[in-house]
Amino acid sequence: MHDWQDTGIVLSARLFGETDVILECLTTDHGRAAGLVKGGASRKRRADFEVGNHLSLHWRARLQDQLGSFAVESLHTPSAHVLDDRAALLALQYVCTLSRVLPEREPKANVYEALAVLTRSLGGEGAWPALVVRYELGVLASMGYGLDLSECAGGGDDDLAYVSPRTGRAVSRDQGRPYHDKLLPLPPFLLASQIAPTPEDIEAGFQLSGFFLGRRLYASVHQPIPDIRHSFLQAWQEKTAASS
Amino acid sequence: MSYRPPSAAPGSSSATSQPQAMTDLVRLLSRLPGLGPRSARRAVLHLLKNQDSLMHPLMTALDQVAATVSKCERCGALDETSPCQICTAPNRDHSRICVVRDMGDLWALERAGAHKGGYHVLGGLLSALDGIGPDKLFIEPLLQRVSDVEEVILALPASVEGQTTAHYLGDRLRAAGVATITRLAYGAPVGGDLEFLDDGTLAIALKSRQAV
Repeated sequence: MHDWQDTGIVLSARLFGETDVILECLTTDHGRAAGLVKGGASRKRRADFEVGNHLSLHWRARLQDQLGSFAVESLHTPSAHVLDDRAALLALQYVCTLSRVLPEREPKANVYEALAVLTRSLGGEGAWPALVVRYELGVLASMGYGLDLSECAGGGDDDLAYVSPRTGRAVSRDQGRPYHDKLLPLPPFLLASQIAPTPEDIEAGFQLSGFFLGRRLYASVHQPIPDIRHSFLQAWQEKTAASS
Repeated sequence: MSYRPPSAAPGSSSATSQPQAMTDLVRLLSRLPGLGPRSARRAVLHLLKNQDSLMHPLMTALDQVAATVSKCERCGALDETSPCQICTAPNRDHSRICVVRDMGDLWALERAGAHKGGYHVLGGLLSALDGIGPDKLFIEPLLQRVSDVEEVILALPASVEGQTTAHYLGDRLRAAGVATITRLAYGAPVGGDLEFLDDGTLAIALKSRQAV
């Protein structure tokens, strides 16, 4: 008998038959993992399996390769806190959909931590959309498509302002000026976490991450970027416009 | 496409002396919600034992439902007529429409007897995961019928998919000029003990608190 215990964040829950659920979670030490939850479709338990919820998991299977079954306990329910906020609700579904591109059973502790922080921050007062941008770039990096924002690719100074769409490397303002219409703008909040992002910076961040998600990550799995990203961005832009 | 039973596995019921017609019926019944192969077999045996009192009336009823029940062209509810009885009832307040996910929810609200207006059955919820977009739901007919409606009540589940659908409908209905768009309250159920409520329900109940 193989088993492990871990904490996880619900990425999807699909009905299996009438009473059971196949649960897919991003776990701390076991990466993206799936398992059957017996009786998971019951009215009492259904709410635990909303996307983004944090669970304590105990996975068991006779053989390592089997789907296995989960015994679960609810730890935290971020989904309940965002039901009123359309942008946050869509963001929650989007980041969980995005996390499903991660390989199965390959530990991604950093991605898990980032998703845990992000799901707890959604809908709050802080600049949580900036965390969505960071999460997207984190997923890209964990899949081998990370951007190199450490120095200018053209040997310029530290005033980094662009990213090359071809290499994903940063370019300094001076070096990039002649090619500015071909380069992607690099928002300053991605260079230092203490810089508070403006809505324009976050917008530039989404353009940057969206470009590499489409051209690198989703192209590699022959899929388009999920529609829900577009819905989320639209809802966030409307919310930003209404509040300004 | 006509139903074609799959070939029988060794040791399955059809490999025994059970007639093929019965095997087919058991297979079909076992696809119904709440029934598995064993309970379907029991149901078939029960039907065969009570042919006059149960099997023949059931056949007639099934025939009748299949021939007469269809989706209402206005609200999407199932009825023998289209527009349905709710849509044509003169004693209902048709300036208030309650939007529900499916017929089960409509029946639940009717049992409660708290809503005396019209309904609109969406036939599901938006789901990014399952690829269900607005075009797969009964949304356009709703937008076409709200021109003279005072209030639309979004009675959708307090789940991620339910509220995503509610937000989407809210935007579309606002653009269509509906004056009042409301949703059901979130929170503790009647008779619910706070101690046994999950933290999500408690949090949302606290958020939606009202002055006493």
